[in-house]
Amino acid sequence: MILNEEQQMLADLAERIFADKASVDTLRAIRGGSHGQDYDHELWQAMVESGLTGILVPEDQGGMDFGLVSAGLVAREVGRRLALTPFLSTAVLAAIAIGRGGNDEQKGRWLGSIAGGELIAALALDESAKHRPERVATEAQSTGDGYTISGAKTLVLDAANADVLLVSAMLDGTPRLFAVEAGDAGVATTPVVSLDTRSMADVRFDGAKAELLDGDANALDAVLDAGRAILAMELVGLARAVFERTLGYLSERKQFGQRIGAFQALQHRAAHLSVEIEISEAMAFQALAAFDAGAEDASLQILAAKARAAETARLASAEGVQMHGGMGMTDEFDIGFFMKRARAASELFGDANFCTERFARAKGY
Amino acid sequence: MGDMEAFRAEVRSWLEENCPPEMRQPLASDKEHVWGGRQWEFSSEAQRVWFERMVEKGWTAPAWPVEYGGGGMTPAEHDVFKSEMKRINARSPVSNFGFWMLGPALLKFGSEEQKREHLPAIARGEIRWCQGYSEPNAGSDLASLKTSAEIDGDHFVVNGRKIWTSYADRADKMFCLVRTDPDAKKQAGISFILLDMESPGVSTRPIQLISGESPFCETFFDDVRVPRDNLVGELNQGWTIAKYLLTHERDNIGGEPPGLLKGRDLAKMALEAVGADENGRLDDPMLRADVARLEIDAMAFRTLVEHTRAKAEAGEGVGARSAMLKYYGTELNKRRYNLMMDAMGGQGLEWESERTHGGRYAREWLRSKGNSIEGGTSEIMLGIISSAVLELPKG
Ligand SMILES: Cc1cc2nc3c(=O)[nH]c(=O)nc-3n(C[C@H](O)[C@H](O)[C@H](O)COP(=O)(O)OP(=O)(O)OC[C@H]3O[C@@H](n4cnc5c(N)ncnc54)[C@H](O)[C@@H]3O)c2cc1C
Repeated sequence: MILNEEQQMLADLAERIFADKASVDTLRAIRGGSHGQDYDHELWQAMVESGLTGILVPEDQGGMDFGLVSAGLVAREVGRRLALTPFLSTAVLAAIAIGRGGNDEQKGRWLGSIAGGELIAALALDESAKHRPERVATEAQSTGDGYTISGAKTLVLDAANADVLLVSAMLDGTPRLFAVEAGDAGVATTPVVSLDTRSMADVRFDGAKAELLDGDANALDAVLDAGRAILAMELVGLARAVFERTLGYLSERKQFGQRIGAFQALQHRAAHLSVEIEISEAMAFQALAAFDAGAEDASLQILAAKARAAETARLASAEGVQMHGGMGMTDEFDIGFFMKRARAASELFGDANFCTERFARAKGY
Repeated sequence: MGDMEAFRAEVRSWLEENCPPEMRQPLASDKEHVWGGRQWEFSSEAQRVWFERMVEKGWTAPAWPVEYGGGGMTPAEHDVFKSEMKRINARSPVSNFGFWMLGPALLKFGSEEQKREHLPAIARGEIRWCQGYSEPNAGSDLASLKTSAEIDGDHFVVNGRKIWTSYADRADKMFCLVRTDPDAKKQAGISFILLDMESPGVSTRPIQLISGESPFCETFFDDVRVPRDNLVGELNQGWTIAKYLLTHERDNIGGEPPGLLKGRDLAKMALEAVGADENGRLDDPMLRADVARLEIDAMAFRTLVEHTRAKAEAGEGVGARSAMLKYYGTELNKRRYNLMMDAMGGQGLEWESERTHGGRYAREWLRSKGNSIEGGTSEIMLGIISSAVLELPKG
C-alpha cells in the first residue's frame, strides 16, 4: 500500500517510538511481576505524548483523527515489538465505541481524556470461550433515570487498568453498549494470567450502575470491525518480525558444514512465507482503508484480512520455532513469545475459522 | 488362537484385580507420570501400589526376557497385553528413557554382564536414564559431536558439553555418545558409553521451555572418569547403536498422542467447549470439518503403524521407513493440539487458572511443537525418506 505523506510520517514516528521504548525485556519484566504494572507504562506515556492515543479521536476533541489505516500502522509496531499497551482497548475500541455510539455530551466527557491519556477504557464483550458477539446474556434494566446491568464477561482486555468499562448488554431485545465506572460496587474484576501476558480479566456485573451510549445504535458493528482490523495489522507486524528473526537464524546457524539457510528445503518454505506475509499485509491495509472510506464491503474485507493474518501469523511463528530447532523451544530465546501472541491475537474478536465462516455468510453462501 | 484367548483372560483378570481405579484415569498433569529412579517419590498411594504390583509381576517391561527382569511375552502376547491395558485405560506404571531406548539397545548390542547389570534395574524402576546425544553444534548433524572420551588405563576421561538432555537433572545415569577417535571420519570415531550422573565432574543446568516447564538441561563433563567396561558394543562403533536407537525413539514418538490428549476424545472436548447446534452437531462448521479430517488422518495413520509393526514382528526390517512414521505422527500430533486450542478458545489463553488445571491447554500445545524437533526434525525425516526410501539422486 502506498502511504500518503501524513501516514508515512506517522509510520516513521510509530517505528521510532516503539524501537526506542518497546522491548521483549519489558514483556519479560511484566510477566515476572517486576514491572509493577501489567502493561508497558513508559511506552504508553510516550504514545500519549506523541498523540498516538488520540489517533482516532476527532480534532475538536483534542485528537488527530487520522483514521484506521494510521491506527493500523501503530498496531503493526505493537505486533512487531510484542508491546503490552492499552492501545487496542482504549485508543481504538473505546474511541470508536464512544465516537460512534455516544451522544455529544458523552463524547465531550470521554474522548478528550482518551486522547490526553487520562482515561483507560476496556471493552467487555465476550461471554463464552469462543467469540460469539451476538450471544449476549448480560441484561440492562431501566431504573428511570439510568440503567443497571448484570451478567458475566470474559477475555476483557485491560479491565484491571480501566477507569471505564464499555459493556454490551441486551436492551429491549437488542445488544447495546453501556458505560460502567470500573470502581462501581456492582463490578467484580478477576484478572486472568494470560498465555501472552496481555492484561486480561473476567468481569462480573451485578446490578452495576450503567449509562447507555445513546448515539448510533449500530456502533457495536463498527467496534467489531475496527477491533478485527487492528488485530489483523498486529498479526501482520508480528508475522514480519518473527520472520525476520528466522531469516537471521537461517543465515547464521550452521549444520553439516553449511548455513542452514543454504538448504533448499528451508529456502522454499521461507520464500513461501514471505509471499504469504506480503499478501496478508496488502489485504489488511486495503481492509483498513475500506473502513476509513466507509465502503459498503468494509466488514467483508476486514473478515478476510483477519482470517488471513491469523493464518499467516500462525504459520510464521510455527516455522519460526521449527527452524530454530531446540533453540526455538526455549524460554530464553524470544521466538516462543511470538507464537503465544499469535495465538491470542488470532483468538480475540474471532479466530480464522470464525472470520472465514462469517465471510462466506456475508457473501451469501 | 485358543492359547491367546486364555492369555487374554489371564491378563484381563489380573489387571482387573490389581490396577487401582485411580490408575485408570488419564493423567491430570504430567507431574503424575511415574519416572522412577533413585530420587523418585510417589505422589499417591495408588501410584505406589500399582508400580509395586507391576514390578513384582514383571510387567513393567513386558516384552523383555524374564532373566533380565521382563515379562517374557511374545510379540503376539505383548499386543494382547497392550490392548488389555488400553481397555481399562491403565496408566503406565513407570517409564523413562531406560525402557524406551537403552533397554532395546542393550538387548541387541550389550554384553551379558551389561544386560544383567542394567536391564533388571530399569525394569524395577530403580534407575532412571537420560539420553546424551545432542550438542550445541551437533543437532541435526549429530555425527559432528565433539564431546571427547580419552582412554586412560581402565577408564575413559570424558570432556565436553551436551545440550537438550531431557531430565538430566533428575536422571541417575546417562547413555552418551562420545568421540573416541578424533582423527577418524565423523561417524567412524564415535562410541556409545554409559555413565553415572553422580560421577565427579558431571554438572547440569536446567533450561526452561516455552511451556514454562523445564524438563531439559545442558550437561557439562569436566574430566569425568568412566570405567571402560561401560562401553556398549565395540570402540568407535557407537554410531550403529545410535542409529538403531533413534529408530526406536522415532517409533515411540510416532505412536499415541502423549499428555492431555492421551485417552481423551478431541471431538468430545470440542463439543463441550464450543457447544452444539440445534442438530447436536459441533457449533462451528469449520472446526468440525478440521476435527473430522484429523480423525480420518489419525485413523489411517494408525493402520500404517500397525502394518509396520506387524511386518517388523514378522522379521521384516522397517529401517528408514520409521522416518515416515516419525514425520507423520509428530506432525499429526501438532495438528491435534492446534485443533484443541481452536476448540478451547479463551480457555486456551489462560496460563495459570484453576479451571484449566494451571494453563494445561496452552502449555501442552506449546510442548507439542517440540515433537517435530526432538529425536530428529521433520526436515531430517523427510531427507531420510527422500534418500533412503525413495533413493532420489543426491545434490
Ligand atoms: C523437547 C526436546 C527434547 C529433547 N530431548 C533430547 C534428549 O533427551 N537428548 C538429546 O540428546 N537431545 C534431545 N533433544 C535435541 C534434539 O534431538 C535436537 O534439537 C534436534 O536433533 C535438532 O537439533 P538442533 O536443535 O541443533 O537444530 P538444528 O539442527 O540446528 O536445526 C535447525 C533447523 O534446521 C533444519 N535443518 C538442519 N539440517 C537440515 C538439512 N540438512 N535440511 C533441511 N533442514 C535442515 C532443522 O530441521 C531445523 O528446522 C531434544 C529436543 C527437544 C526440542
